[in-house]
Amino acid sequence: MLEIKDLTVRYGKQEPTVESFQLSMKKGEIVSIVGESGSGKTTVIRAVLGALPGSGYISAGEIYFQGEALTQKSGEEWRNLRGTRMSMIFQDCGGTLNPIRKIGKQYVEYICTHSRVTRPQAWNKAAEMLKKMRLADAENIMKSYPHQLSGGMRQRVGIAMAMTFQPQLLLADEPTSALDVTTQAQIVRQMMELRDRYETGIIIVTHNLGVAAYMADKLVVMQNGKVVDQGTRDEVMNHPVSDYTKSLLQAVPEMEGERFVS
Amino acid sequence: MFHESDVVLKANHIVKQFSAPGKKVLTACSDISLNVYKGKTLGIVGESGCGKSTLVRMLIQMDAPTSGEILCHGRDIVHLPEKEKRLNRQNMQMVFQDPLASFNPKMKIIDILTEPLMNFKRLKKSEKEEKAKELLGMVELSEDFLYRYPHSMSGGQRQRVGIARALSLEPEVLVCDEATSALDVSIQKTIIELLVKLQKEKDISIVFICHDIALIQAFAHQIAVMYLGHIVEVIPGEAVRTRAVHPYTQALLGSLFSIHMEQNCEIRSIEGEVPSPLDVLEGCPFQSRCSFCGSRCRTEKPKLREIRPGHQAACHRFG
Repeated sequence: MLEIKDLTVRYGKQEPTVESFQLSMKKGEIVSIVGESGSGKTTVIRAVLGALPGSGYISAGEIYFQGEALTQKSGEEWRNLRGTRMSMIFQDCGGTLNPIRKIGKQYVEYICTHSRVTRPQAWNKAAEMLKKMRLADAENIMKSYPHQLSGGMRQRVGIAMAMTFQPQLLLADEPTSALDVTTQAQIVRQMMELRDRYETGIIIVTHNLGVAAYMADKLVVMQNGKVVDQGTRDEVMNHPVSDYTKSLLQAVPEMEGERFVS
Repeated sequence: MFHESDVVLKANHIVKQFSAPGKKVLTACSDISLNVYKGKTLGIVGESGCGKSTLVRMLIQMDAPTSGEILCHGRDIVHLPEKEKRLNRQNMQMVFQDPLASFNPKMKIIDILTEPLMNFKRLKKSEKEEKAKELLGMVELSEDFLYRYPHSMSGGQRQRVGIARALSLEPEVLVCDEATSALDVSIQKTIIELLVKLQKEKDISIVFICHDIALIQAFAHQIAVMYLGHIVEVIPGEAVRTRAVHPYTQALLGSLFSIHMEQNCEIRSIEGEVPSPLDVLEGCPFQSRCSFCGSRCRTEKPKLREIRPGHQAACHRFG
């Protein structure tokens, strides 16, 4: 479904931020990209979405999405893909919402931009999606402003919006990093359910190795813009090739891990 | 392991309330009693908004409690005269989550490190360089950093400077507020190892706020779990894995993602979210999310009771 070949991304005239990134992904697969800050993991999914910030550009390589070469597309064509066939959720979905407009209005506007439906139809569709994300009081949430919701609820609204048109590809940039652990567990579970229900392929970028390992069919470990380890979950977790991955796995605090004091 | 005679800092039934709009009262910390022991680490875990930061702000006297007392070696430090309060601060120092925000960006590392000592007139100008070198050595940083600015260092290096600055006054208690949560995991590990090493060398007590129970249990001697302004469980660090009893502690443990976990292994997380601290219900603070909640939990607030030596829990199912 998604095939990334030799992707190289640069910002301005700097050294490449991402170098020769390869990935092939099937329908309904979950790929986790892990790495520490500055390793270029966010840049990869921004390139797939065609939303590189500022001076970023793809200097080499090609991205094929369902057989179509994305870099050949015009801005207009790429825009039509976004929000319907592929969509993105962010670390803080609340931050992507307009703070001075009610959630329902923004949601309806989003649905009406991407499809030909009447406003009441869009409203119903929105309420239905929110209910599917286990947001109990959907009507009430639609009438609230973003700041009136908790972080976990805002994240669920963001995921509901991203899933409205049942995209084949969902890009998630640190979707649980700003959340408390109990909320994080709920969101992770819901994202797994989405995959099972809609067969959505998910690329999740995270620095939390536990979450990455739990969700992933395939894992990619990045360091300084290069892929240092890639393979199935079992290959990377149990038989990592690079020393970097090994040291990373050792540094993760674990309940069964070493204790520093007696 | 914990003796009453080794208590450095003691919080006795402290309460902190803030007034909120609409004549409401927000209780950030409700009836909290804790001991900090000499040379030991006290970990405080809880989710955002549970009052853990408010608690440590009171411990280091950045805020005064609404009621209750804080004793340092048996002496009340809440009602000290301002002058003595300032002197007493030398005894308790803090390391912050974001070191860059806690440094003056226009000061060089040498000035950042020695400022506390200069403030309390414990250092002559001529001794500055030597002391700063010594402090850098203590946190395993090269002397090259002396005349650099904080922005030219990495996050881990900055946090080491933060620790060195806090320890420059040789305090008895070091308070770390999420000191490693902004760092990458590999850096986080080295910082924890450094803290543990310094604690052994200098016999300092550490209060460490953290939201990651897996991390804190690896190096804390005792752990206090907070929920909605209450301490729900106090447990020795090594016993968290096997003997934690409170349903909330269990929920925290159940929400952990381990790298060795099988994919079909179910995440035992609790549903719902933390209720607003503005309208706290009668009874147990955890009642709305607890699967064991009974009629007694809705009417009577459970007290923190000892269930084993060094292990206390606030739950009606125990004691």
